[in-house]
Amino acid sequence: MIRFYAPDFELIIPELILVISALCLLIGGMLREKRRFPEVRSYGQIAIISLIISLFVLIIQDTSGAQWVTFEGQLMQDDLIYFAKILILAGAAAVLAILLPSMVAEQMEFFEFPPLVLLATVGMLLMVEANDFMVLFVGLEMQGLCLYILAALNRTQVMSSEAALKYFILGAFSTCMYLFGSSLIYGFSGSTNFEVLESVIRMESINGLSIGLFLGLIFTIAALSFKVSAVPFHMWTPDVYQGCPTPITAFIAATPKVAAMIIFLRLMMTSFLQLYGEWQSVIVFISFASMTLGAFAALNQSDIKRLLAYSAIGQMGYVLMGIAAGNDEGIQAVFIYLAIYLVMIIGTFGCLLCLRGKGHTGVQNIEDLSGISTLHPKVALMLAIFMFSLAGVPPLAGFFAKLYVLKAAISAGLFGLAILAVLTSVVAAYYYLKIVKVMYFDEIPEFPEVSYGQTIMLSREMKIVLNLCAAIVLLFFIFPNPLLDMAQRAALALPI
Amino acid sequence: MDTMPLLSITIFLPLLGALAILLNRGNGGLASAQNARWVALWTSFFTLGLVLILWKTYNSETSDFQFQDKFQWIPLLNVGYHVGLDGISLPFVLLSALLIPLCVLASWTSIRDRVAEYMATFLVLETMLIGMFSALDFILFYLFFEGVLIPMFLIIGIWGGPNRIYAAFKFFLYTFLGSVFMLLAILYIYFEVGGSNIPLALTTSFEPHIQTWLWLAFFASFAVKVPMFPFHTWLPDAHVEAPTAGSVILAGILLKMGGYGFIRFSLPMFPEASAYFTPFIFSLSIIAIIYTSLVALVQEDMKKLIAYSSVAHMGFVTLGIFTVDAQGLQGAVTQMVSHGLISSALFLCVGVVYDRIHSREIRDYGGLVYRMPRYATLFMLFILASIGLPGTSGFIGEILVLVGTYQVSTWATSLASIGMVLGAAYSLWLYRRVVFGAMLHPRLFSISDLNWREHLVFMPLVAGILILGVYPMPLLNLMDASISHVIDQYNLAMDPEVGENTDQKKFLEIALYSSDFKACPREGGEEP
Repeated sequence: MIRFYAPDFELIIPELILVISALCLLIGGMLREKRRFPEVRSYGQIAIISLIISLFVLIIQDTSGAQWVTFEGQLMQDDLIYFAKILILAGAAAVLAILLPSMVAEQMEFFEFPPLVLLATVGMLLMVEANDFMVLFVGLEMQGLCLYILAALNRTQVMSSEAALKYFILGAFSTCMYLFGSSLIYGFSGSTNFEVLESVIRMESINGLSIGLFLGLIFTIAALSFKVSAVPFHMWTPDVYQGCPTPITAFIAATPKVAAMIIFLRLMMTSFLQLYGEWQSVIVFISFASMTLGAFAALNQSDIKRLLAYSAIGQMGYVLMGIAAGNDEGIQAVFIYLAIYLVMIIGTFGCLLCLRGKGHTGVQNIEDLSGISTLHPKVALMLAIFMFSLAGVPPLAGFFAKLYVLKAAISAGLFGLAILAVLTSVVAAYYYLKIVKVMYFDEIPEFPEVSYGQTIMLSREMKIVLNLCAAIVLLFFIFPNPLLDMAQRAALALPI
Repeated sequence: MDTMPLLSITIFLPLLGALAILLNRGNGGLASAQNARWVALWTSFFTLGLVLILWKTYNSETSDFQFQDKFQWIPLLNVGYHVGLDGISLPFVLLSALLIPLCVLASWTSIRDRVAEYMATFLVLETMLIGMFSALDFILFYLFFEGVLIPMFLIIGIWGGPNRIYAAFKFFLYTFLGSVFMLLAILYIYFEVGGSNIPLALTTSFEPHIQTWLWLAFFASFAVKVPMFPFHTWLPDAHVEAPTAGSVILAGILLKMGGYGFIRFSLPMFPEASAYFTPFIFSLSIIAIIYTSLVALVQEDMKKLIAYSSVAHMGFVTLGIFTVDAQGLQGAVTQMVSHGLISSALFLCVGVVYDRIHSREIRDYGGLVYRMPRYATLFMLFILASIGLPGTSGFIGEILVLVGTYQVSTWATSLASIGMVLGAAYSLWLYRRVVFGAMLHPRLFSISDLNWREHLVFMPLVAGILILGVYPMPLLNLMDASISHVIDQYNLAMDPEVGENTDQKKFLEIALYSSDFKACPREGGEEP
């Protein structure tokens, strides 16, 4: 007898929409005569539309409040995953919107670019809804490989290829660690499924923890820390951020971090929750090291993307503090921080991408922003808002994000970590303020560099996204409840 | 009038004015600059009018929070928008509302570029200040407290003097560092009390060993703001490099945020810790008074001298606060209000001559009395007020503080009185070198006396200083009930008989303060 098993495809309709549009775009591009053409912009717009359609479908599905397991328990969707998917899709659409004019300006009009972005997004969606180590692996690799190719997109620049190669090699290394970890977990628990693993660990912790399981956990943490650019697996971040063309950096900085952190949170809070005593100190250390490095290493940077890379490491340190708290507050804190971080980082890169120098070069050094506030007051104001928000100064949204993670840390009794978080936050404020200082307090240089951002390139979509991001960050304190409500529902979804 | 959220309108009206200015900025020409100046002036006058209405309708018999506005803000966190005024916050709100229009007037001609942004920044600053003094919810309070940083950073950094970038960064990072510790303490209190409502937290008693840490965290923030020795090093740089109006608002109001914080939070919530640290505070205050007066004696920059004198005057304030008796506390608040008027006036005086000669060095001056007699008279009045001459408001504040301190510690009083003598020394010497003597420098030969706009700026300050010095009862009556309330709460917590029986203490607290709220302090943050 042949048993025909039909999985519930309804769950993955958003992913299917993205995959189909990616494939159509690829085939359409291949059938074209020329390799490069200005219609990459329209391909990009089609990609944005497909992202928005799948976001729409996701919202219509409205599975909030319910738990949905399909594909023989390999994919799952609950509130946290649902909201995370919304964040990822919206973030990817927004990033793509701000990228397109720059792709044209930097002469990277490859038709493969939008499909790669779509496939990377599919990988991220798979990552967050994975309920099984194999599916998580597929998602990790799908996202990773697409990002490696995207990083190497600017074939004429040596720095770009070097960054892509570093990213690829270090990423492959992290994949090895992940496979080693998950194979150990499979070996010592008998299944790759997260839920089965959770029940095995619950039984194990009565008898005594097997060392193999624990080692597997450590390796998995290592691999996920790479994706999240947490110390000590952060080495790729500054070089990749600096070397990649700025549009690609924008994409790498935004949604992949959200996806990786969400799956990190899910693993720690569901499967490995019983081992909380063991992994809390590890996460506390990683968080502490990330915050410290992120604060101090960026102080002397002159390249703006490198500075943003170290700032990202620091920000991820704060989010890890929420995971280290290990309670409901922590989950809420992680979600809120990721949502606000996404908006801030998309806005920041949007502002940087729209400033162009002679020959359409983008801004490279911080000095390239000198006196921008008199030339382009609105862009300067938006960038200042995002910088103050990243520093965590009230009343901007970034303050609320930090408030939540600090609240989670204090509720869990991690006072030392909380004190360290606020201290590093003050140190980090220095370089965020430095960017504001350069824009507002410095004069316009007499003989500006080639990369001095004296012209603005804005498309309609870019304007919408930038204004929306700035409005959200500025006015979040008036209407915080929707996001906080989503966070609370997401936290309730995980059985703690 | 009863149903209108008057206080919230007062808080956010300047913000609306700032928005109006920014949206109508145009391309920054002369017309937009004039427009910005007038809009800012009218907005701040209207705000002053609203605050005067609040003052008129304030009932000084009770120590309850009046003009309370409560709106839903973040119900998930049990954090609400809750503002109100009592006898301690009202004087400071009055001072803020008074000083901002004076700052706008003072900057009328001296700020030439980016006028719209300048005026808008001052209006945003006003919102933050009035909001901070009225906030009755911890998160809201922190928002406004820190919200002061961004406008002040921009004011110092964009329109400041030659070393403004260093001063702006120092100011921001120093104050930010202190305040983030306060944030941690607020979060801890939030978990203890079950909400972030300030009146609720004021009546919650904390364990003494926890109190110490929380007191220290709040101290970190307020000590930098006041500023207390040795956390005062940001003040001279910030004052010197800021534009005139920036120094005025910095000395006039921003320093008072620290003193207000001590009275509002440290005394009622952490009485045991406050008593424990009182010798520490006394020592730091006295060192501040004597040391900074000596430093002021050797300054060559007028603004730096007045900045150090501000630190000395604030030393009296912290001395008075931690005596926790009626004279000390009333003296501290009076000293804060009076110092707000006096140091603003002094900085404006410096600004007047700086606008003409563009130098703050004392050696570039001398013999101003020959060409600027009216200026000399006003300057004399403010110097005498700064010294604490009876008849000026400076005297009232200092004498009350000294009387209060004498009841606690005669040593402290004697040492602080030395500070008064030193204050006379540097102030009179400054005045003599700048105003009297021979007019040696050619640049001064054609210096003009005060114009009518500058007269207008000084008049309210002169009136305030003289009236307060001769007849301070309105101010003292205003804050009497609230200050007695604070002292009663403190003594209740410190009284050993009552303290041992915590149930009895709780009952007494509820009975005493039942007009504030109906729920028991320990049972979460539900508001009536």
